[in-house]
Amino acid sequence: MTATQSTEATREREGESDDPSEGTTTAGPILAVEQLRKGFGGIQAVDGATFEVAPGSITGLIGPNGAGKSTTFDLITGVYSPDSGRVRFDGTDITGWRPDRVARRGLVRSFQIARELAGMTVMENVMLAPPDQLGERFWPAVLPGFRGRVAEQERELRERAWETLEFLELDDLAGERAGALSGGQRKLLELARVLMTEPEMILLDEPMAGVNPTLERKLLDRLQELSDHGYTFLLVEHDMDVVMEHCDPVIVLHQGEVLAQGPPAAIKSNERVLEAYLGGEVEA
Amino acid sequence: MAVRDNPGRVLSSLRVNLLPALLAVLGLVLLLDLGRRLVIGGLTLSALVRFLWTGLVRGMAIGLAGIGLSLTYSILGFANFAHGDYITVGAFAGWVTTFVVAGVGSVGLDLLVLVSSDASAGELGINVLSTPVAIAAGLVVAAGITALVTVALDRVVFRPMRDANGIALLIASVGVALALRYTLLILFSGSVRTLTTDVPTTAVGVGSGEVVFRAHDVTVVVLAGLLMLGTHLLLQYTKLGTAMRAMADNKELALVTGIPTERVVRTTWILGGALTGAAGFLIALQLGGMSTTLGWDRLLLVFAAVILGGVGSIYGAIVGGLIIGITIRLSLVWLPNELSIASAFVVLVFMLLVRPNGLLGGVETV
Amino acid sequence: MSRLSVWLRRGLRALRHPLGGDGDADGARSDLVLVGGLVVGVYALFTVMALLGPFDGVGNVLSQLETVTLLVLVYVMLALALNLQWGYAGLLNLGVAGFMAIGAYTMAMLSAAPDATVPGLGLPLVVGIVGGFLAATLFGALTALPAIRLRADYLAIVTLAFSEIIRLVVRSEAASEFTIAGQRLGTGGANTFPLPPNPVKVLLYENPSEPLVAAVDSPTVAGDLMLEIADVFNLSASQAENILYTLLLLIPVGAFYLLLTRIGNSPFGRVLRAIREDELVAGSLGKNTRRFKITTFAVGCGLMGLAAILWQLQGQGRLSPGTFEPELTFFVFVALILGGSGSNTGSVVGGIVFAAVLLEGPRALKRVVDENFDVSADPDTIIEASQGVEPLFAYLLSDSSIEALRFIMLGVVLVYLMQRQPQGLLGHRRGQAATVSLPTREEEEP
Ligand SMILES: Nc1ncnc2c1ncn2[C@@H]1O[C@H](COP(=O)(O)OP(=O)(O)O)[C@@H](O)[C@H]1O
Ligand SMILES: [Mg+2]
Repeated sequence: MTATQSTEATREREGESDDPSEGTTTAGPILAVEQLRKGFGGIQAVDGATFEVAPGSITGLIGPNGAGKSTTFDLITGVYSPDSGRVRFDGTDITGWRPDRVARRGLVRSFQIARELAGMTVMENVMLAPPDQLGERFWPAVLPGFRGRVAEQERELRERAWETLEFLELDDLAGERAGALSGGQRKLLELARVLMTEPEMILLDEPMAGVNPTLERKLLDRLQELSDHGYTFLLVEHDMDVVMEHCDPVIVLHQGEVLAQGPPAAIKSNERVLEAYLGGEVEA
Repeated sequence: MAVRDNPGRVLSSLRVNLLPALLAVLGLVLLLDLGRRLVIGGLTLSALVRFLWTGLVRGMAIGLAGIGLSLTYSILGFANFAHGDYITVGAFAGWVTTFVVAGVGSVGLDLLVLVSSDASAGELGINVLSTPVAIAAGLVVAAGITALVTVALDRVVFRPMRDANGIALLIASVGVALALRYTLLILFSGSVRTLTTDVPTTAVGVGSGEVVFRAHDVTVVVLAGLLMLGTHLLLQYTKLGTAMRAMADNKELALVTGIPTERVVRTTWILGGALTGAAGFLIALQLGGMSTTLGWDRLLLVFAAVILGGVGSIYGAIVGGLIIGITIRLSLVWLPNELSIASAFVVLVFMLLVRPNGLLGGVETV
Repeated sequence: MSRLSVWLRRGLRALRHPLGGDGDADGARSDLVLVGGLVVGVYALFTVMALLGPFDGVGNVLSQLETVTLLVLVYVMLALALNLQWGYAGLLNLGVAGFMAIGAYTMAMLSAAPDATVPGLGLPLVVGIVGGFLAATLFGALTALPAIRLRADYLAIVTLAFSEIIRLVVRSEAASEFTIAGQRLGTGGANTFPLPPNPVKVLLYENPSEPLVAAVDSPTVAGDLMLEIADVFNLSASQAENILYTLLLLIPVGAFYLLLTRIGNSPFGRVLRAIREDELVAGSLGKNTRRFKITTFAVGCGLMGLAAILWQLQGQGRLSPGTFEPELTFFVFVALILGGSGSNTGSVVGGIVFAAVLLEGPRALKRVVDENFDVSADPDTIIEASQGVEPLFAYLLSDSSIEALRFIMLGVVLVYLMQRQPQGLLGHRRGQAATVSLPTREEEEP
């Protein structure tokens, strides 16, 4: 993948950005979540969560198990509609948008429990991800006149896919069925797909679970590098050392609410945070 | 926010807001037209009452048949396309019994077991007043045999597939439907046979005309009502009923709470099968005739009833059955006879588009 | 002329590499071998059965092979179209028969002569065929637009209900003949709808719409040739005409296959497979899953309509609402699942095995038994039949019982497949989901 590709280019491809307020967001937050609420039957999974993410940051989202982190991701990316509250992304209100629309707007997420397309190969999984492929439209897919252009784009994508897979040390498995991968490999595949979409912002739900430490280091370096190039990350991570080293700021979610947020050092010494972690299930 | 930037959103807001409004308006227009016809005389009051009554009769039979489908749909998580043919099994098992009880010794075996293609029941004179025992015996055997058949088919076909997804089960059930129906066809041949004769009727004056109540229509309503009531009591007040409801509500939870799933599943088939068989018998009683496509021809109606009422809810199935039955008959005010069934399907399709989870909300499993 | 040769060469190349450019040529070749072997096997089997049956000359054998071939081709087309919806995108369409009816009846209503028993608009047949295809596509889109967000099982029930609505309306008195804007139109209701002469008839006879006995008196040049060849093989005119029609049907069948493999191996097909496996993943990667599903549903329905048209135009060509009962839909499902949903080659194999073995096989077998065993008993009921072995045999071999046994066998096969072999015969053998070859890294040859 080409880390240097500008986010402008990503935006260019978005046919949907005719909102005049868009694109003028350098100062404000790229993602703003306000009073988000979601209940499942008796469980209030997210209960008034409010936070902002600054563009270009690697923001950490932590909290004990069941704090509502994954559900917050689901609400932001349209997997569920919130019961109430707003989600703004890059100047646009995206509350209640369907997942595909959110993704096309430039906000892509990974899943905590990897959702590999088990019957497709690793390479096919990765080739699926890039947006706006010519051959994804019906007529170009079937009409002979488009054949050359479609094939050419496929070759380009395949090159990029190889680079991504090599980087994630999945290239040996390119022809394998994704269903045959190990847990850690699946998480990497999940990451590979997300990176291939080249979004403006990426939500990562425990992306490094089950990944070997060397590769984890490499991945974290790459996240840092990507964020230097203007990508924004919201990262759910259980390993506190990782969070303290790479994330700034850090948001702590507890029982569906934001308990604290700020620079890692402040979070580390925050009484209420410690209490929440000790009170709930102890993690990390 | 502006809707212009997403046609999908426009579409879904149309669906959520406009479609129900449109349907409500349509319903109102039909209602007004009904009133208009009553006033200007295009439709007599007695005709309307007749439609409603026959609609109720059919609705009770469909609703009764729907309970079993609804139970297995929610507990096992698949749409059972063989359900229609379970209805047929019940009808044949029951009516063979009725014929044997009513006519043993007086007519040939061929006729008694309904396999003679020139089966004419004339000599037997079966109807609910002259041969009540035979009818009662038929009803009981219809329920019993169908329960057995459904449990047996579950053993052979569905149980080995407990882990399969609902769609695989659905497709397998299509196979069961075909095999069952055509086995019956080989055994009984395809002719439509007459079952009852000299059915007593009572005419009641309504408005300027009269409504004829057939004894068998009344029998169907009463017996179906009693069976529904019994099912209600069973599910509400027995331990097994509680377990079944728990499983319909939440299978995983029920599993965790230690409910013996296989036993509950078997009971579900037995109960559902028995009601379905009884419904098949009653439908044939009401029609006064039957063939091997009796149940298959009504499968979609039963599905419509179940989905209309919300999968998993027996009361939903009953209410859905009544809506479907009355729709079919009332549509005759506007539509020719041959399209009345289609009107029920149209109701189903619109209903699913507006409220995919059923009128009564229904219990969502899967 | 040189243009033609270029086209021919391209066509041949496409046949050799149906998976596209630098696609999986090896797989394609072995698929070809598989299908070829199957076809040879089926023909051998049916030839033997035709010879053992009431042997009535070479023409008769050929004609029986033609009957099987036609059915095979029709089911191959239908299975391919259904594979696009069910195999690729996971859309459970139980309304196949309904969309077929829409295609066929629209074609008939557009092209039937205004003064025929069932009146139509009298437009050229080409217009009718294209119109029928478009109508089926449009109805598919209109159904999908609201229904596509339903759960798979509800989609199944809604589409089945939809196809029953179509059939009931087509066969209703109200639709049998009506007038729109002064134009008399109709479906023929419960009766049959005689179709205009098919293109083969037009090619062969000067007066193609005459009954065959009269039409053969004034053949065209092509017709003359055909009748001469028919004479050599001792074929009747109608047999020869049917054989020609079926042979020509290979062209659209080939086109179906190429079109569907092309869709399957394109990025479009890749998204469809992703949707089938996990729709949320496809959506989360920004794919507008609804658009893909609606397009796929509509195209599949259009192809089903087209297949129905090409099927029904054969021979005397009469539409009957009874043709489009839900059983037809289940047949197509059995064919597809048998071959292996998700694989286009599987659809072809499934179509062949289903139509030849399950659909036509029992009939041919019955002819053999009738010819070679003298069964005199003729019991009317199963009770009479159970008096002995011979009556039972005779009962089970009666025409209606054979039909029924066939359905029972289909049901059992379906259950068996879902229990033991949900992948079908070739379900594992799906083409790769890309236009270019994937696992290797070598640079493409120019
Ligand atoms: N689909 C769902 N149905 C019911 N409860 C859910 C669902 N998703 C999440 N929950 C509940 O919501 C709470 C928050 O879960 P989650 O967002 O996964 O937490 P986290 O990711 O922080 O560990 C948990 O109590 C969980 O059980
Ligand atoms: Mg989580």
